[in-house]
Amino acid sequence: MPEPTGVIHDIGYQRYTGPLLGRRHVFGALYLHGLRTAFGLGRSAKAKIFPWLVVGIVTVVAAGVTAVRSQIGEVVMTYAQFADNMSWLVIFFVAVVAPELVSRDLRSGVLPLYFSRPLPRSDYPLAKLLALATALWLLLGGPQIVMFLGAAFTTDDGLTGVWNELLDLLPGLLYAGLWAAVFASVGLLVASLTGKRAFAAGGVVAVFLMTTPIVGTLSIMPSRTLNELAGLASPSTLVQGVGVWSLGDLLVTENGGAAHSLIGDFGPVYAAAAVLLVAGCVALLLARYRKVATR
Amino acid sequence: MTLIATESLTKTYGGGVRALADLTVAVEPGIIGLVGANGAGKSTLIKILLGLLAPTSGRVRVLGLDPTTDSAAVRARVGYMPEHDALPPDLTAAELVTHLGRISGLPRTVARERASEALRHVGLYEERYRPVGGYSTGMKQRVKLAQALVHDPDLLLLDEPTNGLDPAGRDAMLALVHRIGTEFGISVLVCSHLLGEVERICDTLVAIDGGRLLRADHISAMTSATDVLAVEVSEGTEELSARLAALQLPVRRDGRLLLVELADDATYDLILGAVAELDLPLHRLDQRRHRVAELFATREPSHA
Repeated sequence: MPEPTGVIHDIGYQRYTGPLLGRRHVFGALYLHGLRTAFGLGRSAKAKIFPWLVVGIVTVVAAGVTAVRSQIGEVVMTYAQFADNMSWLVIFFVAVVAPELVSRDLRSGVLPLYFSRPLPRSDYPLAKLLALATALWLLLGGPQIVMFLGAAFTTDDGLTGVWNELLDLLPGLLYAGLWAAVFASVGLLVASLTGKRAFAAGGVVAVFLMTTPIVGTLSIMPSRTLNELAGLASPSTLVQGVGVWSLGDLLVTENGGAAHSLIGDFGPVYAAAAVLLVAGCVALLLARYRKVATR
Repeated sequence: MTLIATESLTKTYGGGVRALADLTVAVEPGIIGLVGANGAGKSTLIKILLGLLAPTSGRVRVLGLDPTTDSAAVRARVGYMPEHDALPPDLTAAELVTHLGRISGLPRTVARERASEALRHVGLYEERYRPVGGYSTGMKQRVKLAQALVHDPDLLLLDEPTNGLDPAGRDAMLALVHRIGTEFGISVLVCSHLLGEVERICDTLVAIDGGRLLRADHISAMTSATDVLAVEVSEGTEELSARLAALQLPVRRDGRLLLVELADDATYDLILGAVAELDLPLHRLDQRRHRVAELFATREPSHA
């Protein structure tokens, strides 16, 4: 072999004798990395464009709503309605970010580098899922905070007014959490099926948007029960169904009666379906990565 | 301490493909060459050693631990460099290796320090702040090696580290692996389908074919007492062969050459004497080292 000595840069190899952190820290590192990736932080400028465009849009909308309310006194949308109205943006955000989180790793073949480390197999998909859900929740919840601050500082009822606003805000944030959980689990599962980002993005959009016509068709069928269960067919209407059932007048204001009749007495069915959907997607995601890890 | 030990290790894939068949081998710490043709079962063996695949039957121990039950503990002490492309193109080498160091459990600042150290040891300096997508194949291989080193493992598993490199790149990579094995105090298992390459750097050689063990031994045991003298005469090869045999020298024909085992310096004199007596035109008389490949060739002619 060639002489290894005489290499100028060689100041010798240092062994590491310090501690190796446990599973919780590793999970946290992977989660934070995912969350940063979702917003393009630590990535190229190109990767930042879309996430921050969406963040910009929702913030501007929230600021506009707040301004209108403080000037005219008219509530354009409640906190929970804000999440509903932004759902199409959330879909596109998931379609761009979910492939960024998982498809890219599948494509570049970096997964063997993860799975050859002490990381348990399920931690990788779970950390990514949690990162995506957090990103979505921040996307929907952040602007609600803006709306809350605007309302709290312009309220005429003093502390009572602030307290009432807070009581309106919290269900809104929870509802945003539901959107985040459902959209993140479905979106990440779809994206994890392919390493091609364009296919993954198309797949995510297809699952969320192509199911809407099914809901439309079912809701004009000549059966009231079928109409009321139609919302189960698409993730967006499913989440809205749970919202209508649990939040009631926080979500449905003026035409409340009409909206409530959309799901009839099937509120608990919607809630159970949402839980099952999330659980099913997570289970499939874990199964998917059990298979990927042994490649 | 035994570094890696397997006992009747067998792996049969779903389709009935037998990747490993009754493989029993034990190796000591050092640089180990694992050679075999493509599809011989090298990558399957590595995945079992990492605990990523469960063996169909048989037992395996790595660093005294069982990767089938204790895979996290094994993986904490092992670094793995995969054969195929494994680098996301838009991250810089520094970011990627730091991130993977944290996934191995290094604290944040330690991960950053050790990542730049590891990249420096493999010969990447300012380049480490550029996206990996723009790297040459040689640089990518170095990044893959650096990420395997970042958490200071006790054993490195390198799957075809010289894949896709030009001759100079191969030499540099082999020199690096040799340095890791000798100076860093880290044992290395190098997989390759090129015997000539790994035999230059390893202490122990394990050869597998079709999932079966061909041979495992110290390289010194394989090459010792195998020095031969190659004699070439332009005519009278047969007569010389007969004369040398009469002198109690073990002689083999190899095409136009006569190969004579070199016992000591007296062998030279005997051969020269024989050539002079027969008055033959001598073309060549030189010493050759037995290549390990020839050992395998004579043992397992069907796999040569």
